[in-house]
Amino acid sequence: MAGHPDKGGATHDDSARATGHRSEVTLTVNGTPHTLLLDHRRVLLDVLREDLDLTGSKKGCDHGQCGACTVLVDGRRVNGCLLLAVTLDGSEVVTVEGLADGTGEPHPLQKAFLDRDAFQCGYCTPGQICSAVGMLAEAAAGHPSHVTDPAAPSGRPVRLDAAEIRERLSGNLCRCGAYPHIVEAVEDVI
Amino acid sequence: MEPFGYVRAGTVREAAEALAEHPGARCLGGGTNLVDLMKLGVERPGLLVDVSRLPLDTVEELPDGSVRVGATVRNSDLAAHPLVRDRYAVLSQALLAGASGQLRNAATTGGNLLQRTRCPHFQDLSKPCNKRTPGTGCAAREGTHRDHAVLGHSEQCVATHPSDMAVALAALDARVELDDGRTTRAVPADRFHRLPGDQPERDTEIRPGELITGVVLPAATASLPSAYRKARDRASYAFALASVAAVLSTAEDGTVAHVGLAFGALAHKPWRAERAEAALRGAPATEDAFAHAVERELQAARPLRDNGYKVPLARNLAVDVLTRLAARRTRPGTLQEDS
Repeated sequence: MAGHPDKGGATHDDSARATGHRSEVTLTVNGTPHTLLLDHRRVLLDVLREDLDLTGSKKGCDHGQCGACTVLVDGRRVNGCLLLAVTLDGSEVVTVEGLADGTGEPHPLQKAFLDRDAFQCGYCTPGQICSAVGMLAEAAAGHPSHVTDPAAPSGRPVRLDAAEIRERLSGNLCRCGAYPHIVEAVEDVI
Repeated sequence: MEPFGYVRAGTVREAAEALAEHPGARCLGGGTNLVDLMKLGVERPGLLVDVSRLPLDTVEELPDGSVRVGATVRNSDLAAHPLVRDRYAVLSQALLAGASGQLRNAATTGGNLLQRTRCPHFQDLSKPCNKRTPGTGCAAREGTHRDHAVLGHSEQCVATHPSDMAVALAALDARVELDDGRTTRAVPADRFHRLPGDQPERDTEIRPGELITGVVLPAATASLPSAYRKARDRASYAFALASVAAVLSTAEDGTVAHVGLAFGALAHKPWRAERAEAALRGAPATEDAFAHAVERELQAARPLRDNGYKVPLARNLAVDVLTRLAARRTRPGTLQEDS
């Protein structure tokens, strides 16, 4: 998607109403509320990077195929490049910048990625980590995956082995091929 | 992307009215396909009607034992729901075989049914495509078509429908509920999608101004042994080259009591294997009988230059899945192997 016609003067005009091709949207990002007047074409990823200066979330393919833009919206991992920001009014967004605790201590997954050297160029890493955070919550809530035994009882937490981690993180591509260490890093925090 | 208006519908009637007033409008669910197509310039709606917050986000059992799935239930939640996992295993498995965790968290039941083909020519504005722009021709028929249809295609279009979920719904005899704000109607899931014929721009039987409000999973196929199997180029996160959804129960004497069989990635719609089903009803539930019936179904296949591999692939998938299901005891509420 080329450009973002609303960036600039109109973006923070709180008096404007939802008419025409723009709407007022309130997003709480990493705990901080932001009210923005946004062109309907703007996707969450671009708003995070360009309006809120949160450049941790990366634009890889911009078509929902690589996972570099993965963030948590209302606790669920999603592709920020495919979510129109206007649809998210009232939502809570957490990006890789918001994973550390209040004292600035990195999230256990961030530490594990460092300890395991789970990246080379690092471009996919914020998406990998946000995806892993969401994935661990899904497994704890009993969500099955393609490799979960269909006979496993529904509603119970799913034990994650390497095959489960690989399948559940398949929406995050790593062109450097750091997958073995990514799997080990996730195994470290289970 | 073209500029567009946006309205968040609070009720089904509001959504239907917005669709009726703006012929160029599109319903927005999770947006995982529509937003991508808008970025590509394939879709240029003047108005998006956001239906993702409609109160259609529940899975519930109805008094007759059927299960109603609201149109805005997310694919990941549907796959994990105990009613679906325990009674309609094939549906849970099909959903989990599709897309990625992130996409399944956003994608809705209604949106999954209304997603468009992933034919690369459909997505490429520089190529002719009768589905995207009627009358321009088909770049796939003589071009890149390894992933395309072997059954039911037309001179105009050889695209396949990409959904895994819809294949399971067809095999389960599910119904798709539609609402235009005044009246509701239900269409059998295996009749909801169309073959291309000379109108490939029409993917489904949905009428202008209608929206999908839900899907009903019938009591008749609840808790029958069922499974989904998908062949793809990667172990995960890829569209099917061929897939099969099967529901099978056997009688005491080892004959087929109930069978529902549908193929994915072979046609413009989930391909309900009606000939194979007819051949199998009352027949012995044996590998030989399954092979004979599936081959009979696939006799209708007309592969293109580069996708003939799909026919034996689909055959082998179907025979394998049916044979494994026949080895299970029909025991409501469980998926345990016979031992």
